[in-house]
Amino acid sequence: MQDQWQVAGRSFTSRLIVGTGKYKDFEQNAAAVEASGAEIVTVAVRRVNVADPGQPMLTDYIDPKRYTYLPNTAGCFTADEAIRTLRLAREAGGWNLVKLEVLGEARTLYPDMRETLRATEILVKEGFEPMVYCVDDPIAAKQLEEAGAVAIMPLGAPIGSGLGIQNRVTIRLIVEGAKVPVLVDAGVGTASDAAVAMELGCDGVLMNTAIAEAKDPVTMARAMRLAVESGRLAYRAGRMGQRRYADPSSPLAGLI
Amino acid sequence: MEDTASITVNGQHRRVPKGISVAELALELGLEPTKVAVERNLEVVPRSTLPQVKVEDGDDYEIVTFVGGG
Repeated sequence: MQDQWQVAGRSFTSRLIVGTGKYKDFEQNAAAVEASGAEIVTVAVRRVNVADPGQPMLTDYIDPKRYTYLPNTAGCFTADEAIRTLRLAREAGGWNLVKLEVLGEARTLYPDMRETLRATEILVKEGFEPMVYCVDDPIAAKQLEEAGAVAIMPLGAPIGSGLGIQNRVTIRLIVEGAKVPVLVDAGVGTASDAAVAMELGCDGVLMNTAIAEAKDPVTMARAMRLAVESGRLAYRAGRMGQRRYADPSSPLAGLI
Repeated sequence: MEDTASITVNGQHRRVPKGISVAELALELGLEPTKVAVERNLEVVPRSTLPQVKVEDGDDYEIVTFVGGG
């Protein structure tokens, strides 16, 4: 049973997007990506090390022909920085599909929505297809969609916190209101968090730290793959209603 | 020093032979031009034009690549 999702005209089967930061080494990173089943990986854009240009590169281990590289703007605190970074990313990779995040402060890494919205408008004008990290606010999500965001990516909890989805109501409201894909980006700590996101109707989940900082990242990557799949199946199956009290599963008639 | 240009690459000053192209600059730095993106004086230099664009005295370059990130 095919259950693909589309973003900006591209189809994907895996609903799990994984980051490539914080791993012990490239080998572990590549093994975790493989185990996750992800088809899209996020990457950062940084200065090359001119002092040591021969050192191994991410692209040597995670093949950009096999995986869709989604360049991010992590570490950017203004729209201008983020746009400058993505212009270079587009030149480095040749892709218009990018992940926009404009951060508001270092302590919480909460997005600055004023700058995020401004950056989205400019990027769309320049032909980018931005998937946008944002607050879990249905109104902000609408505004991003109107500005041309190709996916809405609300945080479930602060980046790298592993606290799980803090507000299921707002995530559900964003899902219900959006015509573009919605992916929970940030906050997932363990497999059940990813399942919750999918059960709320999200089109996918993006995570990095939950896998990279697990004691066994490759096994956690597999757990996340299964959680995203089972959460998606549960959403499609349509869960039972909730009752305040018990309802027996065995017939009452015919009791001895 | 008339035969060299003084430039900045990723925040560090350097002297390179006058008249070289940006592609030659990348190779001189030990970089594979197809694996990096170059910004020259805040403007992206399209990869296809790296062999044509000449390095000028006073240029400020940012040369970036993809690294692991979330």
